Amino acid sequence: MGFEVLWKGNNMLRLLEGLWAALRISLISVAVSLVLGLALGILVSLKLRAVQVLSRIWLEIVRIMPQMVLLFLVYFGASRVLGLNISAETSALIVFSFWGTAEMSDLVRGSLAAIPKIQYESSYSLGFDPLQTYLYVIIPQIVRRMIPLSINLITRMIKTTSLVMMIGIVEVLKVGQQIIEANRKSSPNAAFGVYLTVFVLYFLACWPISRLSKYLEKKWEN
Amino acid sequence: MEEILRINGISKRYDDITVLDHVSLSIKSGEVVVIVGPSGCGKSTLLRCVNSLENIQEGEILLNGESVNPGNKKPAALRQKIGMVFQSYELFPHKTVLQNLTLAPLKVKKTGRKEAEEEGLKLLERVGLLSRKDNYPSQLSGGQKQRVAIMRALMMHPEVLLLDEITAALDPEMVREVLEVVLSLAKEGRTMLIVTHELQFARAVADRMVFIDGGRIVEEGTPEEFFEHPRTERLRKFLHSFSYGE
Amino acid sequence: MDPEVLKSYLPRYAEAFLLTIKIGWLGIALAFVIGMLSAFVIHFRIPVLKRIAGYYVELFRNTPLLVQLFFIYFGLPKVGIVISAEACGVLGLGLLGGSYMSETFRSGLEAIPAAQKESALSLGMSRGQVFREIILPEALTISVPAIAANVIFLLKETSVFSAISLMDLMFTAKDLIGLYYDTTEALFMLVLFYTIMLLPVSILGSIAEKTVRGKMPGQ
Repeated sequence: MGFEVLWKGNNMLRLLEGLWAALRISLISVAVSLVLGLALGILVSLKLRAVQVLSRIWLEIVRIMPQMVLLFLVYFGASRVLGLNISAETSALIVFSFWGTAEMSDLVRGSLAAIPKIQYESSYSLGFDPLQTYLYVIIPQIVRRMIPLSINLITRMIKTTSLVMMIGIVEVLKVGQQIIEANRKSSPNAAFGVYLTVFVLYFLACWPISRLSKYLEKKWEN
Repeated sequence: MEEILRINGISKRYDDITVLDHVSLSIKSGEVVVIVGPSGCGKSTLLRCVNSLENIQEGEILLNGESVNPGNKKPAALRQKIGMVFQSYELFPHKTVLQNLTLAPLKVKKTGRKEAEEEGLKLLERVGLLSRKDNYPSQLSGGQKQRVAIMRALMMHPEVLLLDEITAALDPEMVREVLEVVLSLAKEGRTMLIVTHELQFARAVADRMVFIDGGRIVEEGTPEEFFEHPRTERLRKFLHSFSYGE
Repeated sequence: MDPEVLKSYLPRYAEAFLLTIKIGWLGIALAFVIGMLSAFVIHFRIPVLKRIAGYYVELFRNTPLLVQLFFIYFGLPKVGIVISAEACGVLGLGLLGGSYMSETFRSGLEAIPAAQKESALSLGMSRGQVFREIILPEALTISVPAIAANVIFLLKETSVFSAISLMDLMFTAKDLIGLYYDTTEALFMLVLFYTIMLLPVSILGSIAEKTVRGKMPGQ
């Protein structure tokens, strides 16, 4: 069934390294998205017309454009149009952060809109100034709502990292492909075992995280 | 007047908590019985048992001499004869007001559409909501929703109407419009079993009052006796808790 | 950008576009069926099947479509199961989408307050009637926004089909970039066709959401 190739040499280790590449891209992108998304979300809530229009367009692009298309745009497009040479991994980080920032900012905007005006008023009445009100009263309330989504976003990003092999990043699936190629003669059926293993690896990476996200969502429902 | 509904020593338990403890009650045709009691005393559970929405562990409930207990093969057929209105209205949100009224007659009784709609419109007119017939429930106020819910129950021509705290979720200014509908139903001689916190209203509408506490009927009697000369200490305390500054 | 190049690319993109939407919508239809069945089985706690549906949902929600496709397309033939690339695309999208739709329908069913069912029962409706007339339509109404989001998500996921050598929009773009280096034009057409594919769905989704607002339970 082709599982035997996994135990040849350091094949399994290579697969795990590929998985780590995927995880790394996701984690960095989520961290960037959290910070930028919070900033953008607050900016949008200030109701500046230009910012609102811009973020609407940004959101709609993220909503309807496949991440794969965005990856192509950045990876192939940037070098052609801007003359920049962006590495595949940097392209992936840019695209994932672009996507995550949009989702986060929308969540922040929604959460801010859901906080009743009286929260601000009662905070002012206690003597907080607007900045303190944001820092001590408002933002802590929305951060709590952001955490389950951030975790959920991590799993979606891990899954999406499988796409980056298409622009040449060596992640799990690519390593799997290489292993199958290298053992074509000795294990002609390697594709079954290796791809099943990749499938299971992705599941093992995403499942606990998505459980955690669900758990936190339930716990912090209010 | 002849007996229509008979509750015969029923008990209801959840695990080891006894909610109803050998409750018996007999209701005559055309009678309005109002049940009051502290929250959690089992009064709503009693209504739910009568409509076989809850299992009972002991006793039986008879409608015209026929058992309505769960386990009975035809709860749906018996439920048609017992209408129930809930605290939270429970209109069907995806149906218009008129469709809410006609759904059960059309599907359950297989009444013709024209006939059902005519009757529905008549009932809506009666409660002043004819102009709202094509609105969806979300477009109505709480009081309007509850009036529609009562009419929806009437569409099935129930022999007994159960009203479970139907004004508890309403803003005070809407309570009256709903209670007036109930009063008019009482005047036409409908048999009703009502659970409510509105003591003034209870007094106005009831033929008989029942006080339940701790899953048992503690006292029952005419409104006059009940409010003016309560016999038990528990009822006196309960009534007293409602009267400020007297 | 060179309009002549765009024009010469048009037929290839149009063909790829048709293939993409064909597989996309067939997959979504399959996802709807699988999701509905799986949600019913879970909601009504049908023994054994409920377990299987639960594992299926977790497994397919937590793995990427690309990996699912690689396994189905390249892995399964090694144990004697050969599926054509197009069928594989439909099946993969259907299985992935089914797991999402299942969660959507299930939470829709769960969101109906118990008292809605009770009030329908108290009007004398049978359990079957209550399900058909009250529970199912309400659950679908509640699910409209999530269904729309799923459909958009699944249409976007079609972008990985090129990996199993289906000549879809991504395949065409990559191919043309490799062949002629007219990167700008190739990417422009790619974005254009994905916009044509998804913008109407996105707009329709928002309209549908507005229409069902006000017909949700608990209002």
